[in-house]
Amino acid sequence: MSKELIRLRDLCMAFDDEPVLNHINLYINDKEFLTLLGPSGCGKTTTLRIIGGFATPTSGDVLFDGVRINDVPPYQRQINTVFQKYALFPHLNVYENIAFGLRMQRRPDPNDPTGKRKVKIPEEEIDQRVMEMLEVISLKGFEHRKPDALSGGQQQRVAIARALVNRPKVLLLDEPLGALDLKLRKDMQIELKRIQQQVGITFIYVTHDQEEALTMSDTIVVMDKGCIQQIGTPEDIYNEPKNAFVADFIGESNIIDGVMVRDKIVKMYGREFPCLDGGFGENEPVDVVIRPEDIDIVPVEQGQLTGTVTNVTFKGMQYDIIVDFRGFKWLIQTTDHSPVGARIGIKIDPDGIHVMKKSQYSGMFGDYSSFSEEYDELDDASLALDEEESGDEE
Amino acid sequence: MKKKNNSLLNRLFMALVFVFLYAPIVLLIVFSFNAGNSNTVWKGFSLDWYAKLLHNRLIMQSVYTTLLVSLLATVIATVAGTFAAIGFYAMRRKLRDPLMTINNIPMMNADIVTGVSLCLFFVAFFGLWGDFASWFNGMQHLVRLPTRLTMGFGTLLIAHICFNIPYVILSVGPKLRQMDKNLVDAAMDLGCTWMQAFRKVILPEIKPGIVSGALTAFTMSIDDFVISYFTAGSSASTLAMTIYGMTKKRVTPEINAISTLLFVTVLVLLAIVNIREARQERRRSAELHRV
Repeated sequence: MSKELIRLRDLCMAFDDEPVLNHINLYINDKEFLTLLGPSGCGKTTTLRIIGGFATPTSGDVLFDGVRINDVPPYQRQINTVFQKYALFPHLNVYENIAFGLRMQRRPDPNDPTGKRKVKIPEEEIDQRVMEMLEVISLKGFEHRKPDALSGGQQQRVAIARALVNRPKVLLLDEPLGALDLKLRKDMQIELKRIQQQVGITFIYVTHDQEEALTMSDTIVVMDKGCIQQIGTPEDIYNEPKNAFVADFIGESNIIDGVMVRDKIVKMYGREFPCLDGGFGENEPVDVVIRPEDIDIVPVEQGQLTGTVTNVTFKGMQYDIIVDFRGFKWLIQTTDHSPVGARIGIKIDPDGIHVMKKSQYSGMFGDYSSFSEEYDELDDASLALDEEESGDEE
Repeated sequence: MKKKNNSLLNRLFMALVFVFLYAPIVLLIVFSFNAGNSNTVWKGFSLDWYAKLLHNRLIMQSVYTTLLVSLLATVIATVAGTFAAIGFYAMRRKLRDPLMTINNIPMMNADIVTGVSLCLFFVAFFGLWGDFASWFNGMQHLVRLPTRLTMGFGTLLIAHICFNIPYVILSVGPKLRQMDKNLVDAAMDLGCTWMQAFRKVILPEIKPGIVSGALTAFTMSIDDFVISYFTAGSSASTLAMTIYGMTKKRVTPEINAISTLLFVTVLVLLAIVNIREARQERRRSAELHRV
């Protein structure tokens, strides 16, 4: 798990002088499930295409097992890709799609002592390996179907089998679940994780869906504007976001202007709150992240802060309520119902408060004044994703 | 009452249009089977004129020239046009759109302008070539270059290739754009070089477009008269040119027979092209519906 397999060193990329990647440094371990997560146009697909060999970086190096592979064409890399919208060959049936890579392969002839002569993979072996893959993706009996006679989920699995049958060291997946409906997406997340553990190779996964990333990854790389914002385990990223962008992109967050009075004491709304963070300068301005589920509603007289409920949405497991604290609106998730217009008090435990340094993203996120619009935007973003980043190459 | 009148008028008008459009062709075909050598008096059915064709050396020679030039021009234009279409496809839109417009001009352009300009171009080139060849022959005695080139089969072929290429590009381009653009990447990901990816993935995907383009090009070549007339010189003659030459003398039903054959050939080719296109369109809309 700990052996380093791929390293990106100071990778930069620009299309028409438009920077797409800025000084990306990243290493990826063998057998790791690593996710590149970020909004449209953040450079995640470009990073993946550079690793796959479909794009050449403007500067910087790609190392594979310690060897520089910048100029190695895709067909000579021990890397295979599952493409957005699958890119199955429409004129070939499922069997031939999966066998495609094997039929292209040449390997040293075992009967040739010099080892120079290359031979095709024998037909029996191809057949055996394709059948094995069909078993893994549970599509036995579909060999003779053409891709357009398969459902989206089935096409998805064929695309995975077509890549995995070559026994690559790394599998790249470019938003592979983007075109599936919600239910199927959830099933496929589990399926993908299972396949990764079964074949035991590195997966590099690109997505804009934070929940997908949290569910499957060993490591998440959060990207925005061509820069890596944070690298860490799902728990790290969620609990200890580095800046307002990460805090807002992963889950829901209230991000409040604060001042670090001293270690373990942060001041918001003119009131001091105990917290667990330290290491900031005295009276340094900071961003404070409070997750909606870490806020307790209490009677007004017991509250650290008091506010007015302006909106209540029933979400099944909990209520999302928007509370106005002196003009700044917070999202609180609670199982208790509070009516609109009610005055409530809130209490936050020290471990519910996370303090971050100020960054270029300060003040851009974390206010729920435009609550409903924000939800709409999220929907639009996922709809627009089909065309996502394909514009990059234009 | 008025409505009925109207529809009667409509039908009459339609009938007239069809008569004017097709009567000459019908007449031509009918009299190609005439036993006598008149184009006005029917003397009974016979295939004599068709049989005579086979013994007319001039006509058989020009049929041969036409088929050869059309086939060669089609093959060369299809290969060149297909790769050109791939080049266009890979271009940025800013560059591609104006170039596509330029590609379309020769199809809109009057044939006579294309023909005359090609003719003038060949003449100018031959002049320059003559100067170059005499200079070159004077310089050394190992190789002798011909100093006098004339228009003939070669120039005819070049002209046909020229006017065929745009049709191929126009018919292959949409197929490329319909293709999932990750397909080539996927093929290369699975071990293909670009050329192998082209053969194994792109070609099967755009094959319908290539075949339609080739059929269109062949049709255009076979029935071209104006451009051939200006570029064939005196040594080569296509069928259309031969027919034109025959009409200058006495018109015999032999012309009817050969024209009928040409008409039927082009008609069949056009029918194939159109049926293919309709079928592809139907398949595509069926696919869209399923998605």
